Amino acid sequence: MPLDPEYLQYPHRRYGMDHDRYDWSMLSDRNPVSWPNNNRLALWVNVCLQFFPLDQKGKPFPVPGGMTMPYPDLRHFTLRDYGNRVGIYRFLKAFDKYNVKPTFALNTRLAENNPYLLHSIMERGDEINCHGLHMDALHYGGQDINEESELIKRSLGRLRDLTGRDIRGWLSPARNESANTPELLAANGIDYFSDWCNDDMPYQFRTDKGLLWAMPLSNELEDRFILMENLHSEEAYVEQICDACDFLLQESETQGGRILALNLHPWMLGQPHRIKKLEQVLEYVTSQEGVWSASAGDILSSFCGQQP
Amino acid sequence: MNETPALYDYWPYQNRPKIRWPNDAKLAFWVAPNIEFYELNPPLNPHRKAWPQPSPALPGYTIRDYGNRVGHARQMNLLEKYGIRGSISLSTALCDHHPEIIELCKERNWEFFSHGIYNTRYTYGLSEDQEREMILDSIATIERHTGIKPAGYLAPALSHSEVTLDLFAEAGGSYTCDLFHDDQPTPVRTRSGAKFISVPYSLEMNDTIAYAVNKVEPRRYGQMIKDNFDRLYEEGDTSGTVMCIPTHNYQVSCPHRMKAYEEALEYITGHSDVWVTTGREIADYFIDHYYDAVTADIVAKQEI
Repeated sequence: MPLDPEYLQYPHRRYGMDHDRYDWSMLSDRNPVSWPNNNRLALWVNVCLQFFPLDQKGKPFPVPGGMTMPYPDLRHFTLRDYGNRVGIYRFLKAFDKYNVKPTFALNTRLAENNPYLLHSIMERGDEINCHGLHMDALHYGGQDINEESELIKRSLGRLRDLTGRDIRGWLSPARNESANTPELLAANGIDYFSDWCNDDMPYQFRTDKGLLWAMPLSNELEDRFILMENLHSEEAYVEQICDACDFLLQESETQGGRILALNLHPWMLGQPHRIKKLEQVLEYVTSQEGVWSASAGDILSSFCGQQP
Repeated sequence: MNETPALYDYWPYQNRPKIRWPNDAKLAFWVAPNIEFYELNPPLNPHRKAWPQPSPALPGYTIRDYGNRVGHARQMNLLEKYGIRGSISLSTALCDHHPEIIELCKERNWEFFSHGIYNTRYTYGLSEDQEREMILDSIATIERHTGIKPAGYLAPALSHSEVTLDLFAEAGGSYTCDLFHDDQPTPVRTRSGAKFISVPYSLEMNDTIAYAVNKVEPRRYGQMIKDNFDRLYEEGDTSGTVMCIPTHNYQVSCPHRMKAYEEALEYITGHSDVWVTTGREIADYFIDHYYDAVTADIVAKQEI
């Protein structure tokens, strides 16, 4: 019994991508950019501040980092809550020590539940992006569009109310999307999102509601990915970030400015035995010549200002 | 279903005929970048899911796209720096999608071999006619875009049928990368009886296996490559060995992995008795110089 003949038909076998979301282009063919003050490497430290509900529904899948034990899974709930109570304040100290300007991706529910934490972040003046409603409110293929539309409206509307700010950037929980997510984000006033990790530089992403910018928030260099999914050692985390920093600086000598995007979780690197590794990374990167620590929005603005 | 694939005979790794590569080299070294295209919405194969999540499966799709957008140029420049011509395991639809990559590789006289049409279209469930059609399409596509008919095959996403190698040999191919049973080339039995061989393409050295399956740390991967080389180089003194690093631009070309990879390439190419070559050149040389002697030796060893 052969497969359906459709299996050997290739309707999208053509120049460019197999969809219309963005144009195909090789990074090495693009015009070089330079960052303010002739810096060559923009350091984007993205801190995910997350709320993992105890009554996790896991629809359509249990979010990585979420509850895994029968209800009530106090161990995972509190381990994640640790990041918002303890780990984040270790982070803030480290950022200040190394003059790093972080960007915060907040679950709206966390901002609602923790006014003190929100106030601490707001007071710093750092950029705040929306990270969805909470970690169990996933956007996913096959999701009802009205349900998702409500979810996005509510997540963004509430965060805008609480902060009194525009909120330009978005990161989906678990970086999961439906086929409609980009349209819904554009329709709700989002300028850039960081779910598509297919580049090292920003690029334009088409939606039926206008253009978005895709910002390159590396998944491979994320603390959670390296330590929790790959189970690498803390030393190896430091080595990998330092090697990436060296490589990108080297590449920038001939190809123009690059971005080192570090996605961080205070429940992961904010642990007492790991915070020193974050400090080592920040010390190393910020001591290199040509590094510009900036928010995601500032990096994007600088990039856009150099586009034809 | 059969208990064994019956593609080759047992051939003990001792007292083999002595192989020497060109210029008396002990080890033939080749790098096989897999240049692949994964589809965002492939049709469902009843035997294997392409993506774990309902579409759009961003984690898998986007990092593979990264390989083509960002990673390719990095690995290509690195291989050039160390005088290595890539032997590309090609998702042949990429000739249509990303002809710029094909041109860059052509300019560098790299080898192209077939890796199917897309890495999201599996062999599983195809009838023999369908699989032949897919293989012939991939061969014709490479020939049309590069002017050279490919000699080698690596089944898409390592998905096979019982007749995969028969079909590829009948289509005029001379070597396969699908078998991991040896550190030297070996004859492979196919139904046409043509001279057809396996060229070692190490799954253990494959960056996706190391990084994504075995979760190896980058510097350890670099060390594994050097250790693999050291032993094969030493043993190559007795009879020439083959070392392959199969790579993917979405793994090895990530910024945090380039340094370890570069150090390994620098180490290997810094040795004198290494033949830095391509899969096809190894296959041709082996078939021309050793195929008959090796075949006779294998026959003799069945009779003990």
